[in-house]
Amino acid sequence: MRLIGRIGSWFDARLQLGGPIRETAEHAVPRDSASWFYVFGSAALTAFGLQLVTGILLATVYVPSAGEAWNSLQVLNHDIALGWFIRALHGWGSNFMVAIVLIHMTQVFLFGAYKYPRELTWMLGVMLLLVTLGMAFTGQVLRFDQDAYWGLGIGASIASRVPFAGPWLVNLLLGGPIIAGATLSRFFAMHVFLIPGLLITFVCLHVLLVLTLGVNEWPVPGRIVRRATYLREYHQLTHTKGVPFVPFAVWKDILFSGFVLLSIAGCAVFFGPFGPGGPPDPTIIQTAPRPDFFFLWIYALLAFLPPAVETTLILTAPVVGIALLLLLPFFAGEGEKSWKRRPIAVFVVLLAAVTLGSFTQLGLHTPWSPVMDAWSSMPIPREYLHGRTALERRGAIVFQEKQCRNCHSLDGQGGKRGPALDQVALRLTRDQLVRQVIQGGGNMPAYGKNLSPAEATAVVAFLHTLHPEGQAPARDAAQDVALGADQARTPLR
Amino acid sequence: MSVDTVVSRRAVLAKIGLAFNFVVGAILAVPIVRYLMSPVARGRTGGYLDWLSLGGLDQFPAGQTRLATYRNPVRNGWDGETADIPCWVRNIDGQNFQVFAINCAHLGCPVRWFQQSNLFMCPCHGGVYYQDGSHASGPPPRGLFQYTYKVEDGKLLIKAGETPTTGSPTASSKGNGPSCA
Repeated sequence: MRLIGRIGSWFDARLQLGGPIRETAEHAVPRDSASWFYVFGSAALTAFGLQLVTGILLATVYVPSAGEAWNSLQVLNHDIALGWFIRALHGWGSNFMVAIVLIHMTQVFLFGAYKYPRELTWMLGVMLLLVTLGMAFTGQVLRFDQDAYWGLGIGASIASRVPFAGPWLVNLLLGGPIIAGATLSRFFAMHVFLIPGLLITFVCLHVLLVLTLGVNEWPVPGRIVRRATYLREYHQLTHTKGVPFVPFAVWKDILFSGFVLLSIAGCAVFFGPFGPGGPPDPTIIQTAPRPDFFFLWIYALLAFLPPAVETTLILTAPVVGIALLLLLPFFAGEGEKSWKRRPIAVFVVLLAAVTLGSFTQLGLHTPWSPVMDAWSSMPIPREYLHGRTALERRGAIVFQEKQCRNCHSLDGQGGKRGPALDQVALRLTRDQLVRQVIQGGGNMPAYGKNLSPAEATAVVAFLHTLHPEGQAPARDAAQDVALGADQARTPLR
Repeated sequence: MSVDTVVSRRAVLAKIGLAFNFVVGAILAVPIVRYLMSPVARGRTGGYLDWLSLGGLDQFPAGQTRLATYRNPVRNGWDGETADIPCWVRNIDGQNFQVFAINCAHLGCPVRWFQQSNLFMCPCHGGVYYQDGSHASGPPPRGLFQYTYKVEDGKLLIKAGETPTTGSPTASSKGNGPSCA
């Protein structure tokens, strides 16, 4: 032990870091801030540390070449001892890091920690969120599979909508005219050099500011932040009732970080690595590309934007959103910190959570997408055919064959793009059914050119049988009067 | 010589040094920017598009729509499968063709052809197109992108080489009709 001590003092005599380190470790924090609510920042840093280590480990095998990347991931998954585990750690570490950064941000927002004098700390935090998401997106590209390939296509399509510079931006993004080797190389450079460099820089400044300005005190309702008095009040809080960070607060950070690492490792062991999915061969078009979890809400949102405002919203909403986040401390830099006295702040968090959660849920189920194989894999329920006429059964065949099922469900099976048709005869009269099938409308393609008159008659006859027993199908009452009740009620069958 | 003048002389020298570095930096920036912009510059001068063959006409029976693939004319040795680009060829009547890009006009996902219902459907956000490529339903703001084509020596040729997106050359040329017989 004495030898270690002597070696230590030999280095410290030259480096002279012992003093500053001790001072940093023992800096005073408000007693209430040594709380379990204040562990998410350090946990995010721990997750980043894990990403750094596992990322370097993966880079020793991964080949950033469009022709070989997918194969090298297969080698990692199957041929290299525990390669799958390192990939799983990196993949799950990414998800945990994004989640923890979001939780940290929510906590900081609800606790008013972005207010004076910590505006810059918050702004750097926003930048850290952006670079973390940037890492997540570029990382998804490096897992060079079908989802990555078509995800890049979506990125290029969005870039192409920028006025004037669009096509240039697409070439810059892809590194050429198509998604290919040059594209993967530049995303590799971004994921491994550029964005981590930014991330490390921002983290250093962020932590430096936390140390310089002191950690946020526990918000107490009624304790108002004022520029004129805050620094003095905070100084008093830390120096009269403060406690040294080590050991009063640090043990919670350390324990939680350990818990996070264990959780990531647990997920990695139980759920394994993410993909890769199918090979990045654009000629394999039997695919339904989907982004990773944290981008699903954007994917879902893009299905719902009205075409008229889509481009404008895609291009301006992110800019406005980021600007609002960055400028938040400037329009709410003083005042109450406690969330108990900030109902609008609480409402904003709830609204954001419900919105993002709902869109993510929709992104998982994609009800707007046709079920491409429904027409061939989901038969018409037996009871919908029982006791029907030949024409109606012929209509059922047309219904399947013309892929109506891809968008319309029967008995809960089939696409959800269009309405379920189990009771369609209650909603539409025979004439309305004919019109809808032939002309389309309301987001349905017109089938007039794709159906012979006989087929159209048959499919409408089938649709006209889709109503619950004991409930009569819809009919045009005016027609009854015009044609005479007897004639109109006589079915065509 | 007083201390003040010595200091200011060195301050001036330091400023000259800074200015010198700034000039050198600016000069160095030119090739760096040119290097970074090379994907764009190449596209602007030579153009990425080229005539390439999709194969003999017998592969595309009249009245049908078939998937064809081509190797992208601008490519690198390490592109692997990503340089193989698919497209949909519609032989309208044995004489006239339409060659559609695989990429949905909404956000570029691969559209699939359903011959039974004569529709193209996109798996991403549910865009649907009629057999002539026009918009049928869903979020796409326009019909499918089309390549310009021509028939030479019994082969179908298209002008391609760049992923079609809004604003790209493939998108602006509507691609209708043979450019030469």
